[in-house]
This record gives sequence, structure tokens and C-alpha cells, in this order.
Amino acid sequence: MYAAAGLAIMATMVLAITRTLLGPTVYDRILAVNMFGTKTVLIIAAIAFLTDRMDLLDIALAYALINFIGIIAVLKFFEYGEFSRGGRGRP
Amino acid sequence: MVRYFSLALVLLAVWLLLSGHYDPLLISLGVASVILTTWIAARLKIVDIEGHPIHIALRTIRYFPWLFWEIVKSNVDVARRVLSPSLPVSPRVFTVQSSQRTAVGRTIYANSITLTPGTVTIDVRGSELDVHSLTSESAAEIQSGRMDARVTIFEGAD
Amino acid sequence: MLEPALDFLSWALILTGGVFGVIGGIGIVRLPTFFTRIHAAGMAETMCAPPILLGMMLQSGWSLVTFKLVVILVFLFLTSPTASHALAKAALHGGVSPHDEDVGRS
Repeated sequence: MYAAAGLAIMATMVLAITRTLLGPTVYDRILAVNMFGTKTVLIIAAIAFLTDRMDLLDIALAYALINFIGIIAVLKFFEYGEFSRGGRGRP
Repeated sequence: MVRYFSLALVLLAVWLLLSGHYDPLLISLGVASVILTTWIAARLKIVDIEGHPIHIALRTIRYFPWLFWEIVKSNVDVARRVLSPSLPVSPRVFTVQSSQRTAVGRTIYANSITLTPGTVTIDVRGSELDVHSLTSESAAEIQSGRMDARVTIFEGAD
Repeated sequence: MLEPALDFLSWALILTGGVFGVIGGIGIVRLPTFFTRIHAAGMAETMCAPPILLGMMLQSGWSLVTFKLVVILVFLFLTSPTASHALAKAALHGGVSPHDEDVGRS
């Protein structure tokens, strides 16, 4: 069961990587990388069940957090050109 | 003050369930970290109606099943369109007016629109939301205002 | 009695999640413009992760593992619309027009 889930997730990851390589704009690539990150969380969970090592679920949880913060940081970098500036109108 | 207690309780529950160790030393360390986190949150002044909206907690029982069902329906629709050989999509951008009064309500509405596949909130200006939709059917669904009314009930009268 | 039914339900949920994930992947490659691809990615996030995690929850029963899966699920559900919205807004301000049919075509 978990092997089937893992195979389906891997197929999705291959398709996401295809878009990362094709993607004409940088936002296409970020979108595909975001999707790839979500699927990584799922595949870590599938591996945890497949090998019966439930401590891997903590890693999946941490990866979900890091993936989200990483995407937001990359987007902020491309929107403002640096990390140190705030939102609209702030110095 | 109720918010601080509820935040501390939620944090303690999360700590106990995530750690899975129940000896006195580790529980006391957990209690200490919960108190520290609540104190930092209080200093940051984020334990308010936006940061910890407990007033809507009970109404989630009614709103979320409806939202899940909407998500499933539109998922099936988008999947059918992606798989059909002619790719029948008609992307368009339109503006909707949101009738929620608080920022929390508008955030829930915008996030619900984005969670439903086929529609994405691309910009928010005051109470106006710019929505990008994949098909004219999903655009009509949002423009009919059913979700807006649901979120306004969910947000509550207070 | 209950065991085969639970197994069947888990299989059904995990297969649903896998199929929708692959369809989302096909969508992200097939759809023509950036803003339409966001919908495919959103589909892969809302209909792929929850069924797979629910199927795993049914297998693990009432335990700390189930709670961890619930935390992962809630977190993915809260962050995925935020990430999608941030992406769409950044693209909009970065000069990708949602009105133009040909921008971003590949």
C-alpha cells in the first residue's frame, strides 16, 4: 500500500521537476519546487510507514515547516531583491 | 486573559502529544517552555483576535465539512479538464466584494477561495479581492456569493 | 471483521490521493500559462496530501503517530493557500500578466 503511494508521489515529483526545468518564468519554477517540497513531506511519511520507523514523521513535520518558510523567503527575495526590507511602504 | 490560558493549554497539549515522554523531569521542562512561549507571545502582542481567534473555534465544526465537500467537487472538475485532450480552460480575472467586517474573516474567505482548486486570490485591496479562475463555471460559483455568505456566518456577529 | 474494511478504506484513500497527485503533476506540465498552473498545483496539494495522510491514519489507529499525521495535515492545509497566494501576488507584481494568454507559454 505504502509502496503504491510512494510510486504515485514519485511520478508527481518527476512531473514537477519537468516543470522546474521547462518553466519559462522564475515563478513557474518556484511553484514546481513548492509542489516538490509538499510531495517530499508525503514521501517521507510513506517511507516511515514502509520501514516502520515512526521517528521519521518528526522529520516530515520539520520538512513541512522548512519548505513553507523557504518558499516565502525565496518569493520575498524575488519581489524585493533583498531579505532585509519589509512590506509595502516600509523602509 | 482567556486567550492566554487557551494558548498555553493548546501549546501544552501539542507538547505532550508530540514528545510522547511522560516522566516528571520532561513534563516540567515542557511546562517551562510553554510558559516561556506564552510570555514571548504576550510581549510580541500577538495573542489577540487575529493571532489566536478562539471565538470561531466552535463554528469550524459547521464550516469545514462544507468547505471540504466544495474542495472535493471542484477537484474532480479541474481533474476532468486537465485530463481531457482539448484542455477546456477559459482563465479570467475578476473582482469580488467581500462582506466580512474583520481582517480575520477576509483572510478566511481569501484562503477558502485559494484552497478551492480552480480559483486563486491574487490580490487583496481593502474589502475587494482579485480572483483568478480557471473556468467561467468556477468564476460564477464565487460570484454567486454562496461562499461569502458562509464565511460571514462563520466569522460570527460579535 | 473490522480489519479488512479498514484496509480497504486505506487502499481507496491512498489510491485516490496518488491518482490526484499524478493528475496535478500532469496539469502543471500541460496547462499553458503560469496562473493556470497554480490551479494544478493547488489541486495536487488539496486532494493528494489529505487522502494519503488519512489513509495512513486509519492504519495507525489511536496513537501518537496519528496525532503527528494530523499535525502535518493541519499544517499543510494552513500553509498551502498562503504559499499559493504569495506566489500569485509576487508574480503579479513581478510583471506576469494574468490577462495575457501567451505570457509564460512554453
